[in-house]
Amino acid sequence: MLSMSDAPRPSARPPRVELVCPAGGPPALRAAVDNGADAVYIGFQNGLNARNFPGLNFTVKEAVAGVRYARERDARVFVALNVYPRPQQWRAATDAIDSVAAIGADALILADPGLMQYAAERHPGLRLHLSVQGSATNWRAIEFYAQRFGVRRAVLPRVLSLAQVQQVVARSSIEIEVFGFGSLCVMVEGRCALSSYVTGESPNTHGVCSPAHAVRWEETATGRQSRLNGVLIDRYGRDQPAGYPTLCKGRFRVNDHLFHALEEPTSLNVVDILPELVACGVRAIKIEGRQRSPAYVAQVTRAMRAALSACLADPKRYAPPAEVMAYLDRVAEGRTHTLGALHRPWQ
Amino acid sequence: MKLAVGPLLYFWERTAVLEFYERISDSPIDIVYLGETVCSKRRALRRRDWFNLAERLSKAGKEVVLSTLTLIEAESDLSYMGRTARESNWLLEANDLAVIAQLGGRPFVAGPHINVYNDATLALFARLGARRWVAPLELDLATLGNLQAARPVGVETEVYAYGRMPLAFSARCFAARAHNRPKDDCGFVCQQYPDGLTVYSQDNEPFLTINGIQTQSARVHNALAQVAALGRIGVDVLRLSPHSAQAVDFHQVIDAFRRVVDGEEASDVSVSSGPPTALPGGYCDGFLQGAPGMRSPSGG
Repeated sequence: MLSMSDAPRPSARPPRVELVCPAGGPPALRAAVDNGADAVYIGFQNGLNARNFPGLNFTVKEAVAGVRYARERDARVFVALNVYPRPQQWRAATDAIDSVAAIGADALILADPGLMQYAAERHPGLRLHLSVQGSATNWRAIEFYAQRFGVRRAVLPRVLSLAQVQQVVARSSIEIEVFGFGSLCVMVEGRCALSSYVTGESPNTHGVCSPAHAVRWEETATGRQSRLNGVLIDRYGRDQPAGYPTLCKGRFRVNDHLFHALEEPTSLNVVDILPELVACGVRAIKIEGRQRSPAYVAQVTRAMRAALSACLADPKRYAPPAEVMAYLDRVAEGRTHTLGALHRPWQ
Repeated sequence: MKLAVGPLLYFWERTAVLEFYERISDSPIDIVYLGETVCSKRRALRRRDWFNLAERLSKAGKEVVLSTLTLIEAESDLSYMGRTARESNWLLEANDLAVIAQLGGRPFVAGPHINVYNDATLALFARLGARRWVAPLELDLATLGNLQAARPVGVETEVYAYGRMPLAFSARCFAARAHNRPKDDCGFVCQQYPDGLTVYSQDNEPFLTINGIQTQSARVHNALAQVAALGRIGVDVLRLSPHSAQAVDFHQVIDAFRRVVDGEEASDVSVSSGPPTALPGGYCDGFLQGAPGMRSPSGG
């Protein structure tokens, strides 16, 4: 267990930089709030958000209770509805938007411009955030959403360098949220059809990437191997730890070299550069992982809370807390971390 | 139905590019998309060169559209795009919302990487000036039919009909990575691969294709057998994506689509009605069938 000093409670006044934490269900929401989340993001059980996994997400009734629980503890709740609905899903999507407005959620996280327009027209008081799935990687695209739909915050895709993040923050009229910890998408979100190429289901259409129902594990003479709808993603020796076969994180052969041709299994972790992110005016740090357990959410929230609070208290003397880094590496994908595109040489 | 040549997705030598478009000017193609959509560092042709090509193709009777970069991150990407928009009289294809914002109401083509999945979004872009939209690659025929039924007046629909499919974009250059080079000193290794660099699974199945920061399918999408169905739902334009002579005789591809579009080959059309591809993955057309995109064409 993590033994860090007590995480400070979020103040009633919105903090300078928010810690935004994932919740796949009510226990995770309570875990996030209890461990120092300023805001929690959730999805409904309607297949319309980017963590459309079996057994995950909230009923409307659970969301109402979640909003109440969070608000009593000075935390906020955002609802993600970030697929791009096709005509047959449109009605379900607009019904869900109406529900988000009705339960008094603090923000609605959208990607689809058509839905954005619906929400802006029908619920002008509802605060809108642009999802990472909205794929806005520059200030001009962000301003499009801000001016046309009154979007108040944009979540940046994980493809920008730190210098580019700083530029986007400087030139955008709205708040910017960046990912701080969790699984790393190496492709620009919202414009990736790799998963549907292999399985017929993608983040844009179904809110999934490399869905579990398409995964098959096979025992082999030398160990085991993972397939995604028949495509061999990776092979592991008997003693090698095996990771989830996210299709862009497998080992493939290119020009007779066998390697992680696109990306290694690794987690994004920005704890090292929190002072830079805070100084440039990033408004929120987001933790990935609505599919994770309440215990994971509790621990990662607590760790990130400790780091962010230390940074906000004294950014000049801030150093990444060693126990936080050690803990986050233990729970990281592949047990290792990266700054991803934020660190230019990674690109 | 009209036939379009999509933007050249690969980095070819300047002379190869000019020769390719020279032949296109004499081909039965209606629309030509020009410009670099993948990597801002690829400058074998400068802006002025693309404008000159546009003039030539226009004089040859082709409708010309200038395509713009898909992943716009740096200020320099924005200013290059902005200058192209200001200096060009050609219709622009937008693959990022920044372009639509920059154009401020001027007509444009919403490219395949502008996410249009429902009629509300299509109507929105139509109001903003979209003359044509290119359906996202993963849309199926049934959804396309739905969208066609509610399509705004004056907006044409284009479907990606031939070529390895651009499926994803990253900040990372996978071609440089495969050559153990940093992106900032990539040496333009992508120029060695006129149809991209095939990625194989460990059991030697062609899986994906590396094209700089873009990841493509290894298989070549081929909608030849679906042309009649696309015609029935009122699709206006079919996009054929350029490949080198090492991959396929592209003019045979154009001719095969032309024959089917013109009704000269009406019954029992399959991918074998056109030329085979020498690329290792063969053909696929799953997306249109509402299946995984990699699925092989039925009857192919």
